[in-house]
Amino acid sequence: MELLGLELLLQSMPQLVKGLIQTLMIACYSIIFSTIGGIVFGALQTIRLLWLNLLTRFYLELFRSIPILVWLFFVYFGLPLFFNVHLSSFACAVLVLSLWGITEIGEVARGAFQSIARGQSDAGRSIGLRTIQLYRYILFPQALRRMIPPSINVYTRIIKTTSLTVLIGVTEVVKAGQQIIERTGEAILIYGCLFFFYFLLCYPLSVLSRKLEKSII
Amino acid sequence: MTHDAAASPILKLMNVGKSFRKQVVLKNIHLSVYPGEVTVILGPSGCGKSTLLRCLNGLEFINEGSIRFNELELTPKCPQWQAVRERIGMVFQSYHLFPHMKVIDNILLGPLKVQKRSKDDALAQAEELLERVGLLDKRDAYPRELSGGQQQRIAIVRALCMNPEVMLFDEVTAALDPEMVKEVLEVMLQLARQGMTMIIVTHEMGFARAVADRILFMDKGSIIEQGNPTSFFSEPQTDRAKRFLQQFYEIETWKGREVI
Ligand SMILES: Nc1ncnc2c1ncn2[C@@H]1O[C@H](COP(=O)(O)OP(=O)(O)OP(=O)(O)O)[C@@H](O)[C@H]1O
Ligand SMILES: [Mg+2]
Repeated sequence: MELLGLELLLQSMPQLVKGLIQTLMIACYSIIFSTIGGIVFGALQTIRLLWLNLLTRFYLELFRSIPILVWLFFVYFGLPLFFNVHLSSFACAVLVLSLWGITEIGEVARGAFQSIARGQSDAGRSIGLRTIQLYRYILFPQALRRMIPPSINVYTRIIKTTSLTVLIGVTEVVKAGQQIIERTGEAILIYGCLFFFYFLLCYPLSVLSRKLEKSII
Repeated sequence: MTHDAAASPILKLMNVGKSFRKQVVLKNIHLSVYPGEVTVILGPSGCGKSTLLRCLNGLEFINEGSIRFNELELTPKCPQWQAVRERIGMVFQSYHLFPHMKVIDNILLGPLKVQKRSKDDALAQAEELLERVGLLDKRDAYPRELSGGQQQRIAIVRALCMNPEVMLFDEVTAALDPEMVKEVLEVMLQLARQGMTMIIVTHEMGFARAVADRILFMDKGSIIEQGNPTSFFSEPQTDRAKRFLQQFYEIETWKGREVI
């Protein structure tokens, strides 16, 4: 029995790893887009312009009030139906997770920008920096430092949320696991394995974030 | 006053008014500042001193009247605020050095990125200025490694390295421990002697008297009295100014009593 389990595990490993790579790819793309988009989105929120504020607010509320799963379904099944846009399930997953991640990182970035004292802007302006230069040399570098720990927390949430994409047919690690279970019936072993994978991905990040949080302040 | 009557003012404010929403913070401000002149602004807390300074380099915009800086008319829509700020230096109460940059990079940011000067030229000037305020050995330190007085002297150097025509000082010693106040005031005094045009907001009465060519006394957003320091301190004209000075003398006498 023991041996059988081990053998099964070895046999299923390539398939699980393939799924894991898919999970990681979705997470990586989403994290990259979220970070770039989120910083811009956060910076935009600090600019006081009514139409811009309403727009960013609207976008934010869309992702706060509608579950990710519903977004996944909407993009995967709704886009072809209503707009005749066909995306692969992988692309849909990255799109939805990125759009959501942008709001999350955006909030982190906004907080970071706003926590920089107004005096920094005053000082930057008083030496003649243009707004772009002010962000580039003064506000952005300071915000970035403060953003790192909370952003890592968002990254772990993105990684965990990739598991939802199984429901629009992405063959990520959970799906790979399910396929093996269907074939062999070894639910406990395989789910245990998934448990371990997610833990292995997210725990170091969460420790890192806590460490950095202490060292940056 | 030290200026030559024929010279034209560097800054000329006519009927300047400023309000935040409905609250009037500055009204009817008329003021001309001539090259080389040191103007000290005194007044109770909240009377609009900081706001007045901030209007001069466009950190706030006026709602009424006009400000002329040399040949330029400074209106809120004036497109060249950056160019104006290059020529008007400002030093703040809480220094506002850039914490993520070394001292030398704090100083060089403006000259290199705004004025596009050559690195050699700007660096040479920065080091000379650091030497002058006695902080050349701190050129590679980060702001957090410096005392308040040192940070404030660096902030002054940062403004000076832009070669401004006017320097604005907003209560630059108010956040400092008493023993550091002197080192900063000495730098300012030295600047004044070298002929820098300065507008200074301060609560250091002794310093005001020593450095000023002219005292402006503000209350509730208006300049209600002005004159040379000797006559202002010995015989203030308005009751408000008398009461204001009285408070300072009282504190001085407390200090005397403590010593005894
Ligand atoms: N950004 C702002 N928004 C709204 N009100 C402001 C703003 N800045 C200043 N004020 C108000 O304007 C008035 C004048 O403020 P200001 O800072 O110019 O006074 P001050 O003379 O410099 O006082 P202090 O000696 O305490 O520094 C105050 O009543 C203040 O509350
Ligand atoms: Mg003030």
